[in-house]
Amino acid sequence: MIKRIFSTSYLSILLVMLYAPILIIIIFSFTESKVLGNWTGFSFKLYTSIFHGGIHHSLTKALWNTLIIGLIAAFISMVLGTMAAIGIYNLMPRAQRAIKMMNTIPILNPDIITAISLFLLFVSLGFTQGYATVILAHITFCTPYVVLSVLPRLRRMNPNLYEAALDLGATPFVAVRRILLPELKPGMISGFILAFTLSIDDFVVTLFTIGNQGLETLSTYIYADARRGGLTPELRPLSAIIFITVLLLLLAINQRAAKKKL
Amino acid sequence: MSNLKSFMGRRRNWTIPYALFLVLFVLLPLVIIVYYAFTNIDGKFTLDNIKKFWIHPEAMQVFLYSVVVAFITTILCILIGYPAAYILSKMEQQKAKLLIILFVLPMWVNFLIRTLATVALFDFLKIPLGEGALIFGMVYNFLPFMVYPIYNILQKTDQSLIEAAQDLGANPRQVFFKTVFPLSIPGITSGIIMVFMPVISTFAIAELLTINNIKLFGTTLQENIYNGTWNYGAALSLFMLVFIGATILLNREGSSKAAEEGTLI
Repeated sequence: MIKRIFSTSYLSILLVMLYAPILIIIIFSFTESKVLGNWTGFSFKLYTSIFHGGIHHSLTKALWNTLIIGLIAAFISMVLGTMAAIGIYNLMPRAQRAIKMMNTIPILNPDIITAISLFLLFVSLGFTQGYATVILAHITFCTPYVVLSVLPRLRRMNPNLYEAALDLGATPFVAVRRILLPELKPGMISGFILAFTLSIDDFVVTLFTIGNQGLETLSTYIYADARRGGLTPELRPLSAIIFITVLLLLLAINQRAAKKKL
Repeated sequence: MSNLKSFMGRRRNWTIPYALFLVLFVLLPLVIIVYYAFTNIDGKFTLDNIKKFWIHPEAMQVFLYSVVVAFITTILCILIGYPAAYILSKMEQQKAKLLIILFVLPMWVNFLIRTLATVALFDFLKIPLGEGALIFGMVYNFLPFMVYPIYNILQKTDQSLIEAAQDLGANPRQVFFKTVFPLSIPGITSGIIMVFMPVISTFAIAELLTINNIKLFGTTLQENIYNGTWNYGAALSLFMLVFIGATILLNREGSSKAAEEGTLI
């Protein structure tokens, strides 16, 4: 009994600590003050002003850029990574190991090394930095995760199914579409979600590959803000909305998974 | 066209686009780092960038300082995270899953915003910003990366081994230290890989939590690239790469596990 109380309170204390800063952001999203931590009375004004253009146009634009880059990078990573996983699965052991090893480099490299190496690559190749370079950079660090989430699905499936489809006269492309893809779908979806998350969350790699043409994503926008010493007040309600949305989504998914099990 | 069809008909060839992509965007950039590290601005071979490590040891001092900060952070993450992972692994799976989600969720709020909120919290509690705040901020940011892999391995631990230890007369403490803990070491190693390196190379967090008084190695790297001293920046990156490579080689199994673990966070 005592053990149980101890366990519960230990976890609770940790969670309270982890959530304290987020609670602060949510609480102070309901006041108009410019400085975080300064309460100047309850107000919804910040929430309404995110959705009005005008002065905060650059914030909305950064938000859109983040989402567009995330979706494109996640989609390309999903296609490239799934193809790669199917290929890797059918490779000879030695080649398989070599590719898998290369695949882990972007995962184990700290962000800043990936960022600097890609920055120097784009500079050396003479690429103008902007949308394209950010998306390429994001594909670089997202695809390995897609490969890793699709490979286990391949290992779990019956390897003879594909051959059987071919023997029964399906062309390779039909066999892939009708046999492989349905089996791999869950892995592809979780790979896509993971890639999207990594992309919109990324800051370091984006900062180094975004160039100086005025393109901004949410994280570079926040960084520029933080360096100037303050945070655009509208970022508080925006973070609160993102956080609550993700919280509800994850809880809903968890609920559904729990129901399925019963 | 029919050539292409028969070529792509062999599934192992499907690796080729990604293999090319990896060569162009992962291997080539690393080669370019090496190239920049050993050349000067005019592209001529030189060892000056490497010599600068000990002629102007500021960067190396920052590196050592970062290693110490990363070490303390990692130890604290293990000390705080292990009990949490252990408690979670003893719970019903459904409940534990929900709590794991709660541990990972704060990462959905941009880390710069979270760090600024931590600064506001410290201000409010009148805690001075500085080294202590830095360590707290790091532990706060990286704790989930330690809890998850340890939980994962504890939860997969073969219960019959624990029962066997009990049957053979081990008391609870012995069961833990002689059976549970040794079996969970791979989880700790992947946690270490996911915490230690990233802490050394973070930038921005340290500046915000210490009002620009302390910088970590990541900031040194970033400053060199931003100030245009790319060759020296590349040399420092190469130093970091060698350091990472050595850690990974020393710890092959843990690293490949860490890589797979990464999929789940």
